[in-house]
Amino acid sequence: MKFLVCISKTPETTSKIAFSADNTQFDTSGIQYIMNPYDEWFALVRALELKEAHGGTVTAINVGPASNDTVIRKALAIGADDAVRINAEPESAMYVAKQIAEHAKDGGYDAIFLGKETIDYNGAEIGAMLAEYLDLPFVSFASHMDLDGGVATIKRDIEGGVEILEVNTPLVISAAKGLAEQRIPNMRGIMMAKRKPLNVVEPVGFDDPCHVVGYELPPAKAAVKMLDPEDMDELVRLLHEEAKVI
Amino acid sequence: MVLVFAESPKGKFEKPAFEAVTYGKKVSEMVGGECVAIAIGDAKGAEDLGIYGATRVLQVNDPSLAHLDSQMYASIIAQAADSVGAKVVIVGFTATGKSIEGRLAVKLSAGSVSGASYLPTVNGGFKVKKSVFSSKAIAEYEVTTEKKVISLVGNSIQPEASGSAVTVESFDAEIPARRITVKDVDTIKGVVPLPEAELVVSAGRGMKSPENWNIIEELATVLGATTACSRPVSDTGWRPHHEHVGQTGVAIRPNLYIAAGISGAIQHLAGVNNSKVIVVINKDPEAPFFKAANYGICADLFDVVPRLTEAVKKFKQN
Repeated sequence: MKFLVCISKTPETTSKIAFSADNTQFDTSGIQYIMNPYDEWFALVRALELKEAHGGTVTAINVGPASNDTVIRKALAIGADDAVRINAEPESAMYVAKQIAEHAKDGGYDAIFLGKETIDYNGAEIGAMLAEYLDLPFVSFASHMDLDGGVATIKRDIEGGVEILEVNTPLVISAAKGLAEQRIPNMRGIMMAKRKPLNVVEPVGFDDPCHVVGYELPPAKAAVKMLDPEDMDELVRLLHEEAKVI
Repeated sequence: MVLVFAESPKGKFEKPAFEAVTYGKKVSEMVGGECVAIAIGDAKGAEDLGIYGATRVLQVNDPSLAHLDSQMYASIIAQAADSVGAKVVIVGFTATGKSIEGRLAVKLSAGSVSGASYLPTVNGGFKVKKSVFSSKAIAEYEVTTEKKVISLVGNSIQPEASGSAVTVESFDAEIPARRITVKDVDTIKGVVPLPEAELVVSAGRGMKSPENWNIIEELATVLGATTACSRPVSDTGWRPHHEHVGQTGVAIRPNLYIAAGISGAIQHLAGVNNSKVIVVINKDPEAPFFKAANYGICADLFDVVPRLTEAVKKFKQN
């Protein structure tokens, strides 16, 4: 079976977020980048497990500049067979989805995986967009997935519970915690990754339908009020009268 | 004209639908036209959407629509958008809404802002702000297409009764074939799901063992709050994984978040720092969570939590 895994490059979780002087650009200086954890830990690893169980190939795909190659090589080191990088600087989710759809439409993939969201822009849009471009079913927030022939059985997280679904392949599936366990690349994987194909493809023309025009930091929080542990009536009073939340 | 998808995943309209309609009503005042709601499924009480500002509710009901299939739902919503001439389409940033929103944007060739937590501004371009970098920053997006799709983060606007007259009408949509078969739905009964909860009581490794959770549950019960936990606690199986809030778990924005025995690692904060008020109970004065808190209590949670439960009981009785 053929699996495609969409991977994104995101700032490392503990990064200090800053912007250019005019607040229109994200300041990338000193930022450590990682593969988006939902893509790496859950989407990629589950695709690899299914390949190991059923045979086939796993292709990693990213839309981004050459500086993304480090993150793409990591996907290869973890076990992807080959990778595609669409050479562009995307400004919107729809641009990314359009480019991946162009690659995937004739790719014969049985399942296309991606993380449920990226930890930078937190939009959770690309899976649904990709599915729409490709006219495929889309299952979001999968915490479990098995394949039997051409039928996928999936558990999907919903508010306050789970849905258990069956869908015929091909499909697009977004990965939540539980779908797989993180894999750490070993030395052999890292060495092999250097020789695996990473194909760079030029993007198709597409106008971004939206873009970021400015950034700001959230309003600064007032200093914490430390309270007397013996006097919880005071906390209740503050929550009621000052904070007005109970 | 604004179209709002009023979701009813549990067979009735709840807060996410009322918030979306309230938001849609306000957007319609900016862009002109009315706020029309589209409801899919057999939920009763569609006229309640009028309370929050919908002037018309289009209903599509068919046995095949009992469960979400993003292709079917997105197709119906797009047909409704075309039918009413909607310039802005609004859905919730919920499990349902997130499955649909991207499809709708592609179908309508609309620029989209997913996870908006602010109303748009329309002078000098259509712009919407949302939290990014796990709430460490706010980004303002300009949408340049004629049609726009917005998904609204829960609890970022309060449902507001504006009370217009509403007509509820059946909408004759073409319903695509179902491609996703729902075998079973397993929901936890009687609890407000975390993403919708206004009050949340959460605990971490400081609880020492899962047997001790009764004090957290008692506090949650007297407050009417939903319980949550940190990642190590769900990873070790002390608590179910749907309770895990944080970067890899559920992101929440309740009015009140009480955290007991959670140190406040940045991955945890990423899921909770949009809470309106944070109370941190921790015996370690160096716990980083105190920096993100509004109120802090530096003491043993096994003393403080039961005392707080008693104080809340007393408050509720008065």
